[in-house]
Amino acid sequence: MKHTPFHILVFLLLLSLAISACGPTEPAAPAAETQAPAEAPQVVKETVIVTVEVPAAPGTPQVQVQVAQAPGFGETLEAVKTRGNLICGVNGQLPGFSFLDPDGNFSGFDADFCRALAAAVFGDATKVEFRPVTTQERFTALQTGEIDVLMRNTTWTVTRDTELGLNFVGTTFYDGQGILVPVDSGIATLADLEGGTICVQKGTTTELNLADVMATNGVNYTPAVFDDVNATYGAYAEGRCDAATSDKSQLSSVAKGLLPEPDQHVIMDLTLSKEPLGPVVRHGDDQWFDIVKWVVSATIAAEEYGVNSENVDDLLATSENPEIRRLLGVEGDLGLKFGLENSWAYNIIKLVGNYAEIYDRSLGESTPTYIPRGLNSLYTSGGVLYAPPFR
Amino acid sequence: MQAPKRLPVWRDERVLSWFFQLLFLLLVVMLFVYLGRNLLQNLERQGLSLGLDFLDTTAGFDIGEHLVPYDRSRTFLEAFIVGLINTALVGVLGVILATLLGVVFGIARLSTNFIVRQIARWYIEFLRNIPLLVLLIFWYTGVFLKLPRVKEAISLPGPVLLTNRGIAIPWGIPAETFAQFRLVFLAAVLLGLSVVVLLNLYGRRTGRPPLALLWGALAFVAVVVLGWFLLPAPPLTWDYPSVQGLRIAGGRPLSPEFMALLSGLAIYTSAFIADVVRAGIQSVTKGQVEAARSLGLKGGQVMRLVVFPQALRVIVPPLTSQYLNLIKNSSLAVAIGYPEMFHVSGTILNQSGRAVEMIALVMAVYLAISLLTSALMNWYNRKVRLVER
Repeated sequence: MKHTPFHILVFLLLLSLAISACGPTEPAAPAAETQAPAEAPQVVKETVIVTVEVPAAPGTPQVQVQVAQAPGFGETLEAVKTRGNLICGVNGQLPGFSFLDPDGNFSGFDADFCRALAAAVFGDATKVEFRPVTTQERFTALQTGEIDVLMRNTTWTVTRDTELGLNFVGTTFYDGQGILVPVDSGIATLADLEGGTICVQKGTTTELNLADVMATNGVNYTPAVFDDVNATYGAYAEGRCDAATSDKSQLSSVAKGLLPEPDQHVIMDLTLSKEPLGPVVRHGDDQWFDIVKWVVSATIAAEEYGVNSENVDDLLATSENPEIRRLLGVEGDLGLKFGLENSWAYNIIKLVGNYAEIYDRSLGESTPTYIPRGLNSLYTSGGVLYAPPFR
Repeated sequence: MQAPKRLPVWRDERVLSWFFQLLFLLLVVMLFVYLGRNLLQNLERQGLSLGLDFLDTTAGFDIGEHLVPYDRSRTFLEAFIVGLINTALVGVLGVILATLLGVVFGIARLSTNFIVRQIARWYIEFLRNIPLLVLLIFWYTGVFLKLPRVKEAISLPGPVLLTNRGIAIPWGIPAETFAQFRLVFLAAVLLGLSVVVLLNLYGRRTGRPPLALLWGALAFVAVVVLGWFLLPAPPLTWDYPSVQGLRIAGGRPLSPEFMALLSGLAIYTSAFIADVVRAGIQSVTKGQVEAARSLGLKGGQVMRLVVFPQALRVIVPPLTSQYLNLIKNSSLAVAIGYPEMFHVSGTILNQSGRAVEMIALVMAVYLAISLLTSALMNWYNRKVRLVER
């Protein structure tokens, strides 16, 4: 009896030690913040001058970039480099986008963009830790710094771009919401769904679009809402619902990859909404935002200039085209401006490929999850992919 | 005589216990202050704010099952309430079913009949030893989704239609005379209650307690039946479910998610309640039974008048925690998609991005439900506990 207070004391001391030990692990001590005064809350809105030391590629002069930046600038890249790998939040259940292949690796369109980012940062496309997140936990995971970037077929909306404290980097895949129905149901229009049940995944824009479109068209329906891809389409396959709704890319990859009889299901010929899908980063680190944005642009530009993983070495040595030379880092110091090496884009193209290669590897005609490129073609061939100039 | 030596302060047990309790309190408070500050700082760093204002914004999503009117134009708060009501529905029905099943299996477990005893034993042992989540998924994907499609619906007398879209039962639609019938119903409830109270009083005076509950129920049923047929038109018209094309029309549909959750929770909890009941009955000493027999009470009377009232003292406290478990476990419905409170909160959390607020709200509401339940059970416990004279 008499010893109990001492035991409690010892326990509490250990506890407080443990807590204080946990302290420094909050998003790895950012360089900018350590220079700022200790009273963090007031400082957040101030602007401080940060000097960023940039490792120069061999042969190029040592550069020092001095820019006015808010605190938080550069912290993600530094954390990623210190850690030695990139933590990329992916879906993990969606064939064609991010899915565990039979060899135990993540493969797919989104997964390859994670690799492209790792290639740009480390010059090594394998330095990625894929972290599957559900629709529900994805934003929290990004906000809290558990993942460095979210590559999870996430739709770009105003609310998400502002209120959640996140930044959408751009669009890697232009999609639209569709409805999947069994062929033998004979459902062809929205009106045929009157009184029906529709399977939908929880916490998605899909769920909201469905409610909007059905209310606008005066169709009564019952949503059956599930937590993840497998539960949603599992219930649909069992005949729980008359239809399932999601982005057309997801429906197509699921219909071909997850349903027992793929030919028995058809995507209805209507589009419920615009669904621009792309990577997401946290507010507050513009350097990282720029890096992710330009990694995506680099793959698109490479396709436009005809640079791919096979000819990139030749072009690096022989190309006279100044755009290609700047992209590949032969001329200028574009990579250094991001705090990366000048060969960043070369690494992306060499190790992962250009946009067309990434697309064809996961969603091309030879794959089981084939989706026609449609809007996702270059602007020069009828699509909307357009990379800003590399200069 | 030497005066007793005064203890130094650091050896005085009273001072020490105060000191360590204050220290403990201080550390706990510091821990919470630290966590709170950490949260606020991190939220501010990300430019996020705290507050419940977002609950007034339009929800924008539909919910499959709602007992109160709801559509996409309602607010997040109303969506949350829809979920809360669904939780309450499953909780109340689950508690009733689990208690009935639990008492039956608890008594069967002590039966003198070998087969009955073994069935009860395997039921309890099997269910107590598998995780509830597994059981829920089994009921959902293995039973209710495996029912035939609508076209081949199984039709039970009633008619009750079994399909993988759910179970459809006949349902009454209020007719014109429903308002009058409500009065009759109220009168029947009052009559039934007064019969129970009067008979109990009579029993206490004469020392020969009649079956008060049974007579009360009979009085209630008699008035309801009389009222039903004496009214000029039946107060409810029956709406029967039928297969129409690809869907079921009419009646009241019970979704597979609801059925799976209710059966899973009720059956799982009933196994624990059965053991609680068995323990209660076994806690009544053999002498009580023998004494009751020697007074000439019959088997049923021994159970009803002597054993069970004493067993209740032991049964009620652990029963309370089983009820609380059942209600809290209903949050596992996220796995099978029944829109109870936690499920709907998840959607709200995701659509609004307010993780901290929503989780805090959900915890506060579960806490309130649990405290309310245990307050009720404690009140009941005080009624049945041993009154020492």
